[in-house]
Parts: sequence; C-alpha cells; structure tokens
Amino acid sequence: MYKILAKKSLNPTVTYMEIEAPLVANKAKAGQFIILRVDEEGERIPLTIAGVNKETGAVKIIFQIVGATTEKLNHKEAGECIQDFVGPLGTPTHIQGLKKVCVVGGGVGCAIALPVAEALHAQGTEVTSIIGFRNKDLLILEDEFKACSDRLVVMTDDGSYARHGNVTVPLKEMLDAGETFDMIITIGPLIMMKFVTLTAKPFGTPVTVSMNPIMIDGTGMCGGCRLSLLQEGKRVTKFACVDGPDFNGYEVDFDEAMARGRTYFDFERKAHEKACNLFKGV
Amino acid sequence: MPNMNPKKNEMPTQAPEVRAHNFSEVALGYEESVAVDEANRCLNCKTMPCVSGCPVNIRIPEFIAKVREMDFEGAYEVISKTSSLPAVCGRVCPQETQCESKCVRGIKGESVGIGRLERFVADYHNAHSKEAPVRPSSNGHKVAVIGSGPSGLTCAGDLAKKGYAVTVFEALHLAGGVLVYGIPEFRLPKAIVQKEVETLKMLGVEIMTNVVIGKTLTVDELFQMGFEAIFIGSGAGLPNFMNIPGEALKGVYSANEFLTRSNLMKAYKDEPDTPIMKGGKVAVVGGGNVAMDAARTALRLGAEKVYIVYRRSMDELPARKEEVEHAIEEGIEFKLLTNPIEILGYKNQEDPRDPRNGSVIGMKCIKMELGEPDQKGRRRPVPVEGSEFDMDLDVVIMAIGTSPNPLLKNTTEGLEVNSHGGIIVTEGGLTSRVAVYAGGDAVTGAATVISAMGAGKVAAKAIDEYLSK
Ligand SMILES: Cc1cc2nc3c(=O)[nH]c(=O)nc-3n(C[C@H](O)[C@H](O)[C@H](O)COP(=O)(O)OP(=O)(O)OC[C@H]3O[C@@H](n4cnc5c(N)ncnc54)[C@H](O)[C@@H]3O)c2cc1C
Ligand SMILES: Cc1cc2nc3c(=O)[nH]c(=O)nc-3n(C[C@H](O)[C@H](O)[C@H](O)COP(=O)(O)OP(=O)(O)OC[C@H]3O[C@@H](n4cnc5c(N)ncnc54)[C@H](O)[C@@H]3O)c2cc1C
Ligand code: SF4
Ligand code: SF4
Ligand code: FES
Repeated sequence: MYKILAKKSLNPTVTYMEIEAPLVANKAKAGQFIILRVDEEGERIPLTIAGVNKETGAVKIIFQIVGATTEKLNHKEAGECIQDFVGPLGTPTHIQGLKKVCVVGGGVGCAIALPVAEALHAQGTEVTSIIGFRNKDLLILEDEFKACSDRLVVMTDDGSYARHGNVTVPLKEMLDAGETFDMIITIGPLIMMKFVTLTAKPFGTPVTVSMNPIMIDGTGMCGGCRLSLLQEGKRVTKFACVDGPDFNGYEVDFDEAMARGRTYFDFERKAHEKACNLFKGV
Repeated sequence: MPNMNPKKNEMPTQAPEVRAHNFSEVALGYEESVAVDEANRCLNCKTMPCVSGCPVNIRIPEFIAKVREMDFEGAYEVISKTSSLPAVCGRVCPQETQCESKCVRGIKGESVGIGRLERFVADYHNAHSKEAPVRPSSNGHKVAVIGSGPSGLTCAGDLAKKGYAVTVFEALHLAGGVLVYGIPEFRLPKAIVQKEVETLKMLGVEIMTNVVIGKTLTVDELFQMGFEAIFIGSGAGLPNFMNIPGEALKGVYSANEFLTRSNLMKAYKDEPDTPIMKGGKVAVVGGGNVAMDAARTALRLGAEKVYIVYRRSMDELPARKEEVEHAIEEGIEFKLLTNPIEILGYKNQEDPRDPRNGSVIGMKCIKMELGEPDQKGRRRPVPVEGSEFDMDLDVVIMAIGTSPNPLLKNTTEGLEVNSHGGIIVTEGGLTSRVAVYAGGDAVTGAATVISAMGAGKVAAKAIDEYLSK
C-alpha cells in the first residue's frame, strides 16, 4: 500500500497529490510515468511523474478527473493509501544538449510538460512555454511555469483569461518572426499535438510529442499501447510504454492514435456515471 | 491384476453448453475410486519409459503405485521430490507430447492418465493436508528472484527450503506470472496459484510486487543491496504481431492484452473497472495454447461466434490436445489452412467523426496448402493463389507467439542474449554475468510451465552450490 502524503485541488477538475514511493522517487526522470491502482478491484492507469521529493520519498502526480478511476482517486484524502503504484516507467525525455526549446502544453498535458520544462531550465536551456486551456477555470500551474520559463505565453480558447486562441497561434507567430528552436516539445490532447506538428513542419523544427494511449501493464507485455510510426515510408509498430511515451511528431500516425483512443468510449462513460453516483450516494 | 482397459478413465467435465457461459473450471478431476482404477492401468514398467518423457523426471510408476495402495499422501511425497507445482502441471502439462507419449500402454490403446493422476494427488493433498510448511533456519545468505512465474516461484521455494533469505521482485501487482495473467480461470483456478504463493510466504520468501527490475531497481543495484546471487525468470511476455495492414484498428488485441484484461484485471466479472470488448464475431489467429485460451475466453465473455484461424492443419496445431477437443465441443470453429493478409476497418467517408470509424469489420484471408517439409520436418504452409476471401468480424486477437522482453538485457551490462532475445545460460543456468542465473521462458522463449519450473530448480541448485562454496 502506498500512502498519500499530500493532496491539493488545482482547479475543480485537476488534483495534485504526493504519494509515498521512495524507490520510484529515487529513480524518476522527467518524462517518465507511473501506473497505479486505487483499490483491489481497480483499473491500472498511467500518470506522469510531475516531480519528486527524495527526502520524503514522495512522488508528485497531477491528474484530471475524467473518468471512473480518476474520480475514485480524487476521493482519497491525505493519510489514506492506494493499492498499487509502480514506476518509473517509460523512457525519459531526451533533453541533453538542447539550448533553446519551446514547450507547448495543453490542458492537463501541462502537468506532464511541467517537469520537462523544469528539467530543461535546470540544465540551463532557454525555455519558452506556451500553455493553453479551454477557459480560465481550467487554468493550472501558471506560477510553476513562470518559475521555470524564460518566456511564458498563456492562452485560453474562449479568451476568458490571458490571450484568446489556440497554442498554435503564438507558436506560428514566433516561427514566422524567424525565431528558431532546437526542439519543440508538445504535450496535450492528440489533436493539439497534431496541429503543433503541422505548424512546425514548414519551418523544419524538430517536434517531440508525448503519446498517451491506453495502457495496462506498462512493461511491454500487452501491446495495448501500440502506435504506428511512419519511418522512411514504412509503418513501424512501437509500444508507447517502453519505446515512449515520447516520439518524433513527424512520424506519428495521429489519426490512428485518435481512433484507438476511443475504443472504450461508451464503457468509460457508463463507468464514470456509476462512480459519480456512488460518491453522490455517500 | 492390472486393469487392461485400453481407454483412460474419462475426465468428468462441465457440460460444454454450460461451461461455455461460465469461468469455472472445465475439468472436474477424478474421484478417489476412479483414480485408483486408473492407477491400476499402470504396468509399473521396470524401464520406466514415461519418466524420460517428463522434463523433471517425476518418478511416475512409484507415485502411481502409491495411488493404487490408496496412500495418496505418500504419492504426493514422491511427486514433490522433483516437482513443486503438481496441482498446476497436472492440469496444464502437454502430457500427450511428454510423459504420456512414452507410456507403453499408449502402444495398444490410450496411455495411463498420468497428468490426471498427478492432479488428483495434488488436489487430494491440498484438500487434506493440515501441516503448515515450517520456516527453515536461516543460512545468512540473500538471493533475489526477478519474476514470479513458475520458474521464479520454484527457484525461490527451493532456495528458501535451504535457509536462504529470498526476495521475489514482480513487475505486476499480483504474483504468478502467466499462471495468473495468461492461463484462464476455467483451466487453472487462481486459488491454486494463490496457495502456492502463500506457501512460499510461509517459508519466509518475501514477495515485492510493483517492482520492475531495470526500471525501479537494476540488477547492479540488487547486488549493492546485499543480494549475493540473482535468478532471472522474467518470462517471454513481448507479444508478436503479423505486421499486416489493419493491426492497429479498434478491436485488434494481442492475446496477452485480451487475456490480461480478462484474467488479471477481472474484466470477465459483471461490473469491472477494466473494459474489454464482449460479444460479436471474434477471430483468434494462431493455434497454440494461447490461441485456445483466448478463443474460449472470448466465448465465455459472450461472443456470438468464435473462430480459430490457423495456417496449418489440425495435425500441426501446437495446443494441448485436450484444449483443442474442449474448444471444438464448445462450438469454436476452426478455419484451418488459412492465413490473414489484412484486417479490414470501418470508414464512413461522409462523416470522419463517426465513432465507428477505425473499428474492425472483417479480415481478408488466403487459403494455404502444405508444401515441402522444412528442416524440422514440418510441412510448410504456402498460399494458394487467388483463394482470398473475407470474414465478417468485430474482434481479432493475435496469438502468434511472444518473445523475451528486452527490458533486462537493455538495462544490465554484460547480460548476453541470443538472436531471439533469449538470455544465454550454461547448463546450470548461469548467465554471462557472475552470480546471475536465468531460466524459463526468458531463456528458451515461450515454452511450458514444467520446463520453466525445471529451470528454476536447476538454477536453485547451482546458486546453492555457488553460495555454499
Ligand atoms: C504515459 C501517460 C501519462 C499520463 N499522464 C497523465 C497525467 O499526468 N495527468 C492526467 O490527468 N492524465 C494523464 N494521463 C491520462 C490518464 O491515464 C487518463 O486520464 C486516465 O487513465 C483516465 O482514467 P479514468 O478511469 O479516470 O477515465 P476513463 O473512464 O478511462 O476515461 C475517461 C475519458 O478519458 C479518456 N482517456 C482514457 N485514457 C486516456 C489516456 N490514456 N489519455 C488520454 N485520455 C484518456 C477517455 O477517452 C475518456 O474520454 C496519462 C496517460 C498516459 C498513457
Ligand atoms: C495464455 C497462455 C497459455 C499457456 N498454456 C500453457 C499450458 O497449457 N501448458 C504449459 O505447460 N504452458 C502453457 N503456457 C506457457 C507457460 O505459461 C510458460 O511457459 C511459463 O509460465 C513460463 O514461466 P516463466 O517463469 O518463465 O515466466 P512467466 O510465467 O512469463 O513469468 C514471468 C514473470 O516475470 C515478471 N517480469 C518480467 N519482467 C520483469 C522485470 N523486469 N521485473 C520484475 N518482474 C518481471 C512478469 O510480470 C511475470 O510475472 C501458456 C502461456 C500462455 C501465455
Ligand atoms: S509434470 Fe507434466 S510431464 Fe511430468 S509427469 Fe507430470 S504431467 Fe507428465
Ligand atoms: S510407461 Fe505407462 S504403464 Fe509403464 S510405468 Fe509408465 S505410466 Fe506405468
Ligand atoms: S501498456 Fe502493455 S505493452 Fe505497453
């Protein structure tokens, strides 16, 4: 069992937690994730490691409440325990040698992007961060990004806070103005990462995307997390949990990944309703 | 006088039309009197040909003689001298190609039901024995075991009995390896595996779940933590795909994913947290035990029709004979000499947002015929030109084999593997690294429970010799 050391609500649908898991905290690098199960009957879900505290053995996670499991997790309080917590899984984000990077985060993807931006900042990389949200209420981690970015642009889809529009708007402006980056690292909804990649393409800037397909074991055993890359005209199957989650944005077949992501759409909707009703009852 | 009936005593089973809708065990096991009757079919051959067919050389005539005398605990003792998982192996061993293939009674009839007797003895012991295993006194040495499949559990058990302090590290949240995530409940009840694990704990073995060696800790760190020897029993869990178009469509699973969702994540229960596609028409590609398990699981989850698609003929099916017979009885249809060439998906040209887009609707296959035998003497299937046809489907499950997971190789300097990814070991199970041993599917590629168990025993012996020097 793994103890919840701290819990904080970042906005109505996004929660921050610290979980006691010293072995994971010892090893974690930016871009890696964990898999957890809330209780004995629970589903295994992946969440990115948002940071660690080696002294307390704490692993920080930031999650959006989207379905049954995240709903259940959100009902656990500091001091309580969760059943399983395994990691660090996946390959760390390659950040060595990068001098100037643009980090583009969307929604809860910003939680995944933050540790990468922090690691870049810590190694002396010049960091531009563009973070986008649907509206003001969903904004998270603005101060944290400010602290690790040389420049920060905040966007909201509806203009209810900061700049109005998509994250691709300022990105395109910067590239059009002749700015260059060694790498664009983008993390967020698939559709956003697809358009960030398309925006960068005419300029030839390398793009790293963080793929978050449905996972079970996280060790390369089930193949459920597979996605297709197009490498030199050939389709290559990769497992996001071990080969990723980071991939070259120009190679990823986003349309296929989006279709696969909807495999259990109906099931998840029903399970979430059930979990909500359960908590309403108590 | 021996019982000269040419046929084995039948194994009582749940009726096919009943069991096709539940996950309870199919084979129910012999009654005492039937076991004794079957034991009487054994001729107690002096040369013991059957023993040479068993990978761990269980003293078969000796344990069967005890069954005949109704000394069932005595029979258990004979078996447990060489095997540590008889309740498992009695159920899942491919007996017809191992011990029973060598039995002299098989020449003019059916062999003695060795596996069924072994299962009977183990179940009898589990139901009647009250003695708890005693924790031996410590010899002061620490050994780490990576993976809790049959090879790891066996190695841990043998070492613990000798007084070693053993810690098993398991990546998943539950111990048992393929026995819990792969082989379904209806063939191997999970309570049996659980009991084996509990017994190990009583012997003092510590089981650390949720630890991925190579990620959470490395082999080198295990040595730094004071472990003096390491056994790698990490299995062959990496699923192969065919690399044909359409394998990424919604509704295409590897058998590992499908079975893991059902077994380990309990998706077969009424209201699970983990989803799985139920119902519809399902094709399982492959002909081994894994394919049979996936097909029969799909049926039990509520599929309206289940096919096995296999490129060779009935005679070449690598699955256990009993599983094939059970599958046929349950109504699974075998499309033999058939090979998939493409999985077909739904595409609504008018509406790209149609949620059915990208879902499986069928599979294009080609007929095969058996050509010249290859080096191993197996006749190679070759496609029949112009014989393509389409099958109507909702789910496709790929059960065409697995390879050893490269995680340990990639994170352990100096650990050598062969071209198939199998860890290279000596006869005693020693790898290219000092004090690191390996066995089971991680070495051989996908094989059997009994051979994995045997490898765990061999390595335990070698580790004991190494550490008591
Ligand atoms: C490597 C990796 C890292 C991740 N890191 C984070 C993180 O740091 N914070 C965070 O909030 N989420 C993260 N996710 C997504 C998170 O795993 C899912 O939100 C979670 O599994 C949803 O579980 P649920 O039971 O609550 O919802 P479900 O009922 O399973 O799903 C509800 C909704 O979420 C969508 N969904 C399900 N799984 C995913 C997924 N893997 N990615 C995106 N959408 C999904 C479904 O399509 C559905 O619309 C990560 C995913 C991966 C693969
Ligand atoms: C569906 C199916 C049906 C089968 N049916 C039969 C049958 O009827 N008869 C038969 O004899 N055989 C059968 N087999 C084969 C048999 O189960 C295997 O040969 C046997 O389980 C191999 O044992 P093992 O100990 O080598 O590895 P496994 O049982 O594969 O166990 C390996 C364990 O190691 C863990 N692991 C892997 N990597 C790491 C790591 N880095 N760190 C920590 N832990 C790790 C895994 O999670 C797993 O739990 C079947 C296999 C499958 C998949
Ligand atoms: S362990 Fe398997 S091969 Fe050996 S005697 Fe038992 S059933 Fe036969
Ligand atoms: S070969 Fe058959 S009959 Fe002879 S001892 Fe073995 S099991 Fe008995
Ligand atoms: S999650 Fe199972 S292989 Fe990646």
